Amino acid sequence: MAKTIGQEFVKGLWEEIPPFRLVLGLCPTLAVTKSVENGIGMGVATTFVLVCANMLVSILSGVIPSKIRIACFIIIIATFVTVVELMMQAYAYQLFLNLGIFIPLIVVNCIVLGRSEAFASKNKLVPSLADGLGIGLGYTLSLTVISAVRESLGTGKLMGAQVFPSSFEPFAFMVEAPGAFICLGLLLCIMNIIGKK
Amino acid sequence: MREMIKMVVVLVVLSSLSGGVLGALKNATEERIDNQVLKFVKGPAIESIFKEADNDPVADRFSLTVGEQEKNFFVAVYDGNPKAVAFETFASGFGGDMGVMVAVDVETDEIIGVSVTTHNETPGIGATIETNEDFKKQFSGKPIIGDHKVKDDGGEITAMSGATVTSRATCKAVSRAGDIYEQVKSQIRDQVKNFTG
Repeated sequence: MAKTIGQEFVKGLWEEIPPFRLVLGLCPTLAVTKSVENGIGMGVATTFVLVCANMLVSILSGVIPSKIRIACFIIIIATFVTVVELMMQAYAYQLFLNLGIFIPLIVVNCIVLGRSEAFASKNKLVPSLADGLGIGLGYTLSLTVISAVRESLGTGKLMGAQVFPSSFEPFAFMVEAPGAFICLGLLLCIMNIIGKK
Repeated sequence: MREMIKMVVVLVVLSSLSGGVLGALKNATEERIDNQVLKFVKGPAIESIFKEADNDPVADRFSLTVGEQEKNFFVAVYDGNPKAVAFETFASGFGGDMGVMVAVDVETDEIIGVSVTTHNETPGIGATIETNEDFKKQFSGKPIIGDHKVKDDGGEITAMSGATVTSRATCKAVSRAGDIYEQVKSQIRDQVKNFTG
């Protein structure tokens, strides 16, 4: 079942949207989605790594011996993650302070390795690019939605602007770790209900 | 055998390429990252002391070798006269090393102000040093060279709380700053002349 480039791109936005459909990459999903700013920052960083790693893996797939492919993928991914880390330190230091340890941890994000292994190593450059971009944007979108729900309910604010009237008592539980699980679960549930119809 | 050689070659080439690219990138971004660290970690402490300076003390800095270490000195210009420098010293507080930024008037050798850069003190007790201006003000106007002690130790500084751990650490850091200042005083005076705002 060959798909067009467009389909490869679009599948990442609903059909295989991480972390809801693939349920991969949960660690950053739960940890950094305290504010929309962090959510988007993390999503963009992951997208960059995904796209670059996917492209390089698909180019090199003919050269890499299959026995050591995982090691090679990890080297490629780790290189791009370090690039992101250095660039973030140089140009967005505040974001770097907020995301902290979760930037280097993109290396072990299963989505990135998963796409390299399951898709990029078996496909050509352009479909791999579309796949990486689609999954990356889907991931960014998911993180943004989760963090928007958590930030607005947890602090009453969204990107610094008050969204609820001041009489609203912030539901601080939502910006704590358990709130992340509950938020993720409820959103997944809503998606399943919509998907069934 | 051929297969094994191929695996080794691929891994070696990939790793060295990755290392080379990252090394180059690190060199390229190093200066910017240093600036960002200064701006976000030390900047607020420096600015809180030099509120009325005409220049940007974080940008106007020079470094001197003190003992074996290189230290940054931040210059403040008042009314066209570069008359003060600030530098950071460390002393052991309750939760590890505490960084204290000490600002000195280079003409009178008097302390202009002190401010905390990094610390791991107990929240609510030692950590209140961040905002306890009354405590920090006690150092202002005192000659930097010499020992600074809390009253319990026969000095002049009133401690923030009875346990005095953080207060003692601050005194120690300021005393160390005095030692450093004594060692490189003439060099500081020479260097400061280069900054006229």
